[in-house]
Amino acid sequence: MPYNPALVAPMREEMVRLGARELTTVADADAALGDQKGTMLVFVNSVCGCAAGNARPALRLALEHAVLPQQVVTVFAGQDVDATARARQYFAEYQPSSPSMALLRDGEVVHFVHRHQIEGRSPQSIADDLVKAFDKNFGAAV
Amino acid sequence: MHGITVVVETRGALTYVGRFDTEDESGVHLLNVGVHDAAAGGSRDDYVHRSAKFGVRAERPRLVVPRQDVLRIRKLADVEP
Repeated sequence: MPYNPALVAPMREEMVRLGARELTTVADADAALGDQKGTMLVFVNSVCGCAAGNARPALRLALEHAVLPQQVVTVFAGQDVDATARARQYFAEYQPSSPSMALLRDGEVVHFVHRHQIEGRSPQSIADDLVKAFDKNFGAAV
Repeated sequence: MHGITVVVETRGALTYVGRFDTEDESGVHLLNVGVHDAAAGGSRDDYVHRSAKFGVRAERPRLVVPRQDVLRIRKLADVEP
């Protein structure tokens, strides 16, 4: 059963403020991820306070970097259930976890941040890894 | 360690990867647990590295690993994918 919308509203808004586009329906997920071109970060949002509470600020810090994905989109696990399930089909080789982040280039997963790589870490530490992944996979020389 | 995904290696063939909940006299309590049985095939190392790269395939919602069976516990995040 999805969470109370009032509970997740601040977590949604935090992502929108970062410039992420919300994918709330299967059609949204297909439109964004089907035949995906260019570079994209998919953030699987979550209510988990200990992990998601650090992942969102980490993304905010990482998005201050010079090298960025062309698009940032987000689905909300446990809330937009169908959209999240459909989005995960586009990186199905990775086991579902939330929060998590998939970095895509032309539809291929080039980097994945699992929940276990977020747990217990500071936002800055997570952001540092994200920035390295941006440079490696989205830099001009790629 | 609460809330951290760990690898629990046992003295036997079983390896568990799951979220550490707590530890008491009965053993280590894990949530959303993947289980690997080396006796059924595949190496423990391969399983752990695959879990680090592709995530944990949770087969059991919760599980207690008896304390006397535990050989080593480490964070999955410390495993190179």
